[in-house]
Amino acid sequence: MSIKIGTTAGRPEIEISGSLGLPELEQARRRFAQIPFAPHATLDLSALQRLDSAGAWLLLTEQARLRQEGTDLIIASVPPHALPLVEVVRANLARAEPATRPPLTVAALLDRLGRKVAGGAAFLRDLLGYLGIFTARLLGALRRPRGFHLTSLVHHCEEVGLRAVPIVALMAFLIGVVLAFQGATQLRPFGAEIFVVELIAISILRELGILLTAIIVAGRTASAFTAAIGSMKMREEIDAMQTLRIDPANALILPRILALVITLPILGLVADLSGLLGGALMSWAELGISPAMFRTRLIEGVEPIHVVVGLVKAPVFALIIGIVGCRSGMQVGNSAESLGRMTSSAVVTAIFAVIVTDALFSILFAQVGL
Amino acid sequence: MIGADDMVIRIRGLESRFGPHRVHEGLDLDMRRGEVLGVVGGSGTGKSVLLRSIVGLRRPDAGRIAVFGEEMTGIDEDRRAALAARWGVMFQDGALFSSLTLRENVEVPLRGVAGLDPDTRRALAELKIAMVGLPLDAAETYPAELSGGMRKRAGLARALALDPEIVFLDEPTAGLDPIGAAAFDRLMRDLVQALGLSVFLVTHDLDTLYALCDRVAVLAERRVLATGTLDDMLAVEHPWVRDYFHGPRGRAARRSGPAAPQGR
Repeated sequence: MSIKIGTTAGRPEIEISGSLGLPELEQARRRFAQIPFAPHATLDLSALQRLDSAGAWLLLTEQARLRQEGTDLIIASVPPHALPLVEVVRANLARAEPATRPPLTVAALLDRLGRKVAGGAAFLRDLLGYLGIFTARLLGALRRPRGFHLTSLVHHCEEVGLRAVPIVALMAFLIGVVLAFQGATQLRPFGAEIFVVELIAISILRELGILLTAIIVAGRTASAFTAAIGSMKMREEIDAMQTLRIDPANALILPRILALVITLPILGLVADLSGLLGGALMSWAELGISPAMFRTRLIEGVEPIHVVVGLVKAPVFALIIGIVGCRSGMQVGNSAESLGRMTSSAVVTAIFAVIVTDALFSILFAQVGL
Repeated sequence: MIGADDMVIRIRGLESRFGPHRVHEGLDLDMRRGEVLGVVGGSGTGKSVLLRSIVGLRRPDAGRIAVFGEEMTGIDEDRRAALAARWGVMFQDGALFSSLTLRENVEVPLRGVAGLDPDTRRALAELKIAMVGLPLDAAETYPAELSGGMRKRAGLARALALDPEIVFLDEPTAGLDPIGAAAFDRLMRDLVQALGLSVFLVTHDLDTLYALCDRVAVLAERRVLATGTLDDMLAVEHPWVRDYFHGPRGRAARRSGPAAPQGR
């Protein structure tokens, strides 16, 4: 591309030859800025070989800019091959006005805050609603067991319970090992190594066993529930169920949450046993506490109530994880993006809710002196 | 006689396999500069596979594909990138990036252009959005907020961002209502003329064929069974081709559609 700027009788004449397009845009713009001021100027395009829409855009916007500065630029002899393009760009340029964004005011910020708070309240009410649906369907199933989806329940028990055993057991085993190791290094200077048994047993049985199991299950199962129900929602399968008079809550939500309520306490027990095993092994290796001595200390020094305090939380955690997972699934819109967003939000919400509930349980047990 | 320079796409002996299943076998196809080539065929005849093979999303199992006279197999990455800037692809549902607004979507190809300042990029993106007939207040919305027809138009705006020489359209009117589909056909016809595009059009829609295409290629029996104008197609003696062009829908489209534009 070359742009020649000449003057005839005090009137600038610009001639563009070659190709004017996206690659030449900045160069051409710089050249246009060099056009000397005059009331009239001519742009000769007869030698233009190729013009793309970016080039046509530049010609027309530069013409508009010059007009504002008081120069009337006449575009002359547009080659026939470029004429339709120039016309299309001109027609669409008129409509292209920059969109203005409303400014951010204090009122807008307050409005946003208010909506967030209201949204949070609506979310809690929603969760309560799902708890109600679950309870109602459970009672309905007890009254009329024929309508209950037993196959589905067994399937989900396997999915969320049996298949989670290896990861839960491994996790608890490693936590036991870590506790024994840390306990040993901290207690040895005082010659109180033997108390490592109480340390491991109480912390695993009361808190860590069930809490960490719930967190793993929240990550594994809440996301699976949301993804499964959400993709059905996306493909209108839930709507199809309703038109066929199948109750989605009965068919999808009840078996899933019930499966979690049944299997999470069992998983918690598995975690307790596996954690104690890990702790016992590490105590043996690191502190020389034999398994027999570990067992004696465990039975004599640790109250069975700790196991109850731990496991009584499991069904509550199960309800929370199940309800959050199913609710997020039902919230999925009709885009794949919302499925992804709801899945990750289900996991975060479920884990957060489990930890908050665990804290509430701690306060409760402290108050009643357990 | 048409010279080799006028062939923007030249395919010889293309073979595409999915495991034991052969979709294409010995497929030959040419597309001339400046023409609108409609590619039709029953479901599973590999129309989309053909499109994906040409634009390099799928490596052919055998055969040669040349675009703008350059062999696509074994081409190095830089050359391929330079060629890819000369074509644009519009996917079925627009394939817009969901995390970007419509304007940002159209700006994506423009970001690769050296020395383009953000204001110019923005203005050019808005020009393209206006050119495909979308209202400008749609520019700042996200794809999920748009209807299917608007997403398709936005996909077209992105495909046109760099003023390509060839545009590949995959089922541009699928899922649109008849009015929206007719509007899209009109839009394409205007753009083809204004921008001097060559169009590779995969479609099922007979109305679109009659409204836009200079030539039609029918895929069947793992190859291009016939090519020619729509009038030529009426004379082809093959059961599928006969059923397609002589069926009730074919007759209706022939009556209402304008004759294929001649000698552009």
